[in-house]
Parts: sequence; C-alpha cells; structure tokens
Amino acid sequence: MAAQTRPKRPFRWHIGIFLAPAVLVYTAIMILPLAGTLQLSLFRNINQSQVFVGLENFRTLFGNPNWSVGFWNALRNNVWFFIIHMLVQNPIGVLLAALLSSPRLRFSAFYRTAIFVPTILSFVIVGFAWKLILSPLWGVAPHMLDLIGLKSLFTPWLGKEEYALTALSLISVWQFVGIPMMLIYAALLSIPDEVLEAAECDGITGMSQFWKIKLPLILPSIGIISILTFVGNFNAFDLIYTAQGALAGPNYSTDILGTFLYRAFFGFQLQIGDPNMGAAIATMMFLIILGGVCVYLFLVQTRLRRYQF
Amino acid sequence: MTTKLLTALLLGTSILGTAGMAYADDVTLNIESWRGDDLAIWKDKLIPAFEAKNPGIKVVFAPSAPTEYDAALGAKLAAGSAGDLITCRPFDKSLELYKKGNLADLSSLPGTENFSPVAKAAWQTDDGKATFCVPMASVIHGFIYNKDAFDKLGIKVPETRDEFFAALDKIKADGTYIPMAMGTKDLWEAATMGYQNIGPNYWKGEDGRTALIKGEQKLTDKDWVAPYEELAKWKPYLGDGFEAQTYPDSQNLFTLGRAAIYPAGSWEIALFNTQAQFKMGAFPPPVEKAGDTCYISDHTDIGMGLNAASKNADAAKTFLSWVASPDFATIYANALPGFFSLNNTPVKMEDPLAQEFVSWRGKCKSTIRSTYQILGRGTPNLENETWVESANVINGTDTPEAAAKKLQDGLDSWYKPAK
Repeated sequence: MAAQTRPKRPFRWHIGIFLAPAVLVYTAIMILPLAGTLQLSLFRNINQSQVFVGLENFRTLFGNPNWSVGFWNALRNNVWFFIIHMLVQNPIGVLLAALLSSPRLRFSAFYRTAIFVPTILSFVIVGFAWKLILSPLWGVAPHMLDLIGLKSLFTPWLGKEEYALTALSLISVWQFVGIPMMLIYAALLSIPDEVLEAAECDGITGMSQFWKIKLPLILPSIGIISILTFVGNFNAFDLIYTAQGALAGPNYSTDILGTFLYRAFFGFQLQIGDPNMGAAIATMMFLIILGGVCVYLFLVQTRLRRYQF
Repeated sequence: MTTKLLTALLLGTSILGTAGMAYADDVTLNIESWRGDDLAIWKDKLIPAFEAKNPGIKVVFAPSAPTEYDAALGAKLAAGSAGDLITCRPFDKSLELYKKGNLADLSSLPGTENFSPVAKAAWQTDDGKATFCVPMASVIHGFIYNKDAFDKLGIKVPETRDEFFAALDKIKADGTYIPMAMGTKDLWEAATMGYQNIGPNYWKGEDGRTALIKGEQKLTDKDWVAPYEELAKWKPYLGDGFEAQTYPDSQNLFTLGRAAIYPAGSWEIALFNTQAQFKMGAFPPPVEKAGDTCYISDHTDIGMGLNAASKNADAAKTFLSWVASPDFATIYANALPGFFSLNNTPVKMEDPLAQEFVSWRGKCKSTIRSTYQILGRGTPNLENETWVESANVINGTDTPEAAAKKLQDGLDSWYKPAK
C-alpha cells in the first residue's frame, strides 16, 4: 500500500475559494484597521505632516504625568468595573440559571425573557433611564426608599466620586446579567439526566448535587463568560459616555479606558483631538485585552476538565 | 462649447441656484453656517432686508448640521466649493482657517470700527494685527431670578455679595424655594455659569484675562482663587442631590418655579420665556461693595468671515459691512433674544429680559471667558480642567487653593507666555 504511488492530487483550489470571502472581509474590516491603529500610534503630527517617532507616544503616555495619571486612573477604574462584574454579574447569572433550570419553577419562560430583555436595549436608553431613576429630583429611587422608610440611605449616587463608578458598574450588571444566565442555563440543560439520576442513587441531592455535580460540569461555560466579560469591560465606553459624559465626572472618577481614549482621539470641547496619542491608548487597550485572553487560554482553559457523555 | 454649457449648468445648479441662469447680472453669495435653527430668520428677515438695499446681490443661506459643520466646511474649502461667506466659530477653529489661507483678512473692512477690541478678539491673530471675521453675536452671563418669589419674600435685587448671600439665606430659611438652581453633574454648569460668571468681578475682566495670557498673573493668585472661594460657599444653597443634577434638571427646576435664582447665560432667555409661568428678572454678578466697577462675561460666540477663494469678494464685502451695521444688529438681536449684537451702537430690543441683560454693557465692563483665547489650546486643556475643578470645588472634594494649583500646574506644563 505504502509503496504504491498515488496519482498526484490536483491542487485544491476550492479550499482557497471557499475561504476567500471570510478572509477578505475579516482582513478588510478587522486586520487592516487594527494594523492602521498600531501604525498610527508610531507617528506624530509635526507641522501638519505625519512623522515617524517610534515609541515616543508611549513614552509620553507613561512618562508625562499629564497623560500617565489619567491612564492609570482609567485602568484602575476599569479593573474595578471588571471586578464588580465578576463578583456580582456572573454569580447572579449562575444563580438565576440554576433557579430557571429547576423543573418545579413555573413561568420560567417569562422570567427568562424578562431578565434577558435589558441586554438587547440600547446603551442610550439604559443610560438615560437609570439617570432618571436615580435622579434626586424626579427619580423613583428616592420615592421608593421613602416608602419603606429608608430615605436616609439615598444619596445622588451618580454625582458622588466614591459611589459613581460602582453605581454604573451595577447598572451595567443589570443590563448584561442575561448573557451569563443564558449561557449557564444552556450548559445546565445539556447535563444528561442519567448523570443526575446516578448522583441521586448515590445520595447526592439538593445543594450538594449543585456543588459536586453541576458546577464542575458548567465550569467551562463560566470560563467563557469570564473572558467575554473581561473583553467587554475593557472595551466599554457607551454607558459611561451616555450617563456621565465624555469627561467621566465627577473628577474623572468614572473614567475608563474607553472614555479616556475617546477624549484623546476625538478631543472634547476646546481640547483638540490627537489621533496619534489616541491610537497609542487604543494599542495599550489591545495589548491589555490580548494579555488577558492569553492568560485565560494558556493557563486556565488548558486545565479545565471536560467531560464527554 | 458643450463643456462650457455643462460647466454653466453645473455652476447653475450647484452654486448659483436656479436663479443663476435667469439673472445673469446678479451676484449670488452663499453663506456657510451651522445655525440651521436660524434658517427662517435669515430667509424671512435678514436676507430680504439686505437685498432690498443692495439690488444685484442675491444671498443664499445654506446651513449644515452643527456636528458636521467643521468637517464639511474643511472639505469644501479644500475642494474649492465652499460658499463665499463663512460663519466663524470663535477662537482657534477660525484662526486655523485663517492661517491656512481660507479666510480673508478683513482688518480694513468698513464697519469693523463698530466693534470694540474685546468683541473682535475672538477672530484676531494672537498679536491682534489681523481681524478675519465680523463679530455677530455674544452671550452674557448673569443671574435670572423668579420675580414672584422675590416679591413674596420681600427680597431686593442684590447688588453686593453680602446682599446676594443674605438673599440666599432668606430664601433658604423660608423653605418654599430652592435658593439656587444649579447642578454639578454635567460639570460645565459649574465652570461656565459659576466660575466664568462671577469671576470677572474678581480678576477685573480684561485686565486679569490679558495679564494671565501674558504670564503676569497666575491662576493661583488671590484674584483667581477668590471666585472659587465664593463658589464653595454656594453649596448649601443648591438643591438636594445637586451632585447628580444635570443641566436640563436645573432648567426645569427654575422654569417650574421651584427655584428662586438661576445662574444663567443669556441664551436661556428664549426657552425660559416660553416655559416659565412667572415673571422673571435678571441681575449681573454682584460686586464686593456698592459702587464698585462691575465686570460681566460678554462672550463672543458667532461671527462671519470671507472665503479667501471667493469669486465675488466685493459683493461679499458689501454684505459683511452690512452685517457689521446697526441695521443687521437690530434684526438679529430681536429675532434671537439672548444672542446680543456686539455692535457699539446700542440695539433696541423688545424682550424685557434681554434688555435687562444688555443694559449691563452700559454700566459694567465686558470681558470674555478667561479660558478660551490662546489658553484654550494644549493638553491638559484648561477649559476642560476648569469644568472638572469648578465642580470639585462646589462638591467640596477640592479646596479652592488645591483646584487653582491643579489648573496652574496643568497650564504651566504646556503654556510658556511670551516674555
């Protein structure tokens, strides 16, 4: 068999042709702009012409306190934004999915839809709706707290440096909790009944069944959700922009990398945009996200155990 | 022949409009503008008034959307298809066009002598030698108050700071009204209606502003910190939860009659007139003691210049001279109460609130916002930082001294005044 020379296969053109549309579209709308951004960050506008300056823009970004203070502040805020999502959004998502997948729950389709709906709302609607809900003047939040006698707990959260970012993170959690819920729900449904029945035969029921059987089985989904949250949070911009404006007040306390990039790139009010510094910040965001995704892929995902049924 | 005809046709449709073919002798001027809101005023009032006086010149007002204006204008200028007359944004945006050679020098235009140097500063080179736009309108800062509330509580319109704070105390003690409608959520209210409103009385208007540009004064000097000290005192008089109160919230609070005093810009007049159900009055920023010279922020906002590539430069200059005349000022200021003509000749206005605002020009000295000319360039941007710090001072998260120091440090990092 091995000695027999096969007839030479013709070059398989169809593979290239079938791949071409996807490759071309992806190159045109993803790879080229990304390369353009990286390139832009290495240039600087000097006397109306683009001059190659190497890593000078990055030196400014990290060396000049006018830039570096803003950058580290934005990064710190962004990390906090991410932590809130990981600590609040994902556990609540898992909890909701566990409740929804319980066979005894009635109206589960209704709850599922209701919880998922905010995810498909526009950021602009979410931003303005919450601004109104939390408004100290006409909002329903102070009224509702008043009804249960907790008016003293109300403060203008979005206007206080110490609360604004947390409040916005929670708004974002409210909007996006449907996504982990749906993914985990799907993962829970895909656990075969035989496994659960076997567990019941071994006397593992109720909560311990969740911790010992279900949770290990949905861990890969939780991993995917974490990475989606990470990428989404470090690219976030819209909610802060609609709720707090481009200056991300009060006192830059809600400034995240997205708004910082926006101000640098496009300028704001009297500040004139600087596309080169903006591209440098965008490059840093790209590297941070790339780093995070790599850590996940190489350190976490390879260790996750997968079960085949 | 055919190309000529085609060119003529194209010109006819694109630049001259359909009238171009029929009235071959007429010159048609096109105005570039971002003020789409003013289309009716131009079409029904301003242009007919001009054409009646200047037969042979037709004018077309062709606005684009405010957010697209700068980019669209830049592209049209580069392509040579921009209109003859160009509405000018104040300061650096127009200065840049002048430096690129897109705007013609209008220093010797008849009519520019009708404007004070402050009015022209927004459209001059840094050395003040060349003027490239005719000032059209400005906005004035001050305080609008609820007259019914003042009458009911028996408060006299305050002239000095002590009276001002006494009035605020009285309103607060009474409890019916929120003393002052202002929030810090949108940041710019604190800077524009706060700092730039009361500041000129402390830094003595133009004297302080130009000294700051020359580097003779610093933002950490007493005259520049003092307005922040006053702003810090405003905090107890603002409404509950002012930290999350936005600009529309403040407007509504006042027009619904729930607040007594509104730190204002004159552009509010038209809106307030339609919404407020009570009588309104206005007073300029209070001075330290009665009889002190008062200073007001009379900020230049809009002007008009000549496209350097215009083929109808003479007709366009005739038009600009008319824009610089009291005739234009009267029509414009009455059609848009709150946008005041910068003309030295006093303009007769119908609206009482607008009259009140503009009357301050007679007794007070005018200046423009301190952070715009020259100092509004660079990073960190002084104007934007002033928004943030003014809000911080009112919120109490920064002391006046700390805020001033931050601003001066930011300015020092890029601005080296000419010695």
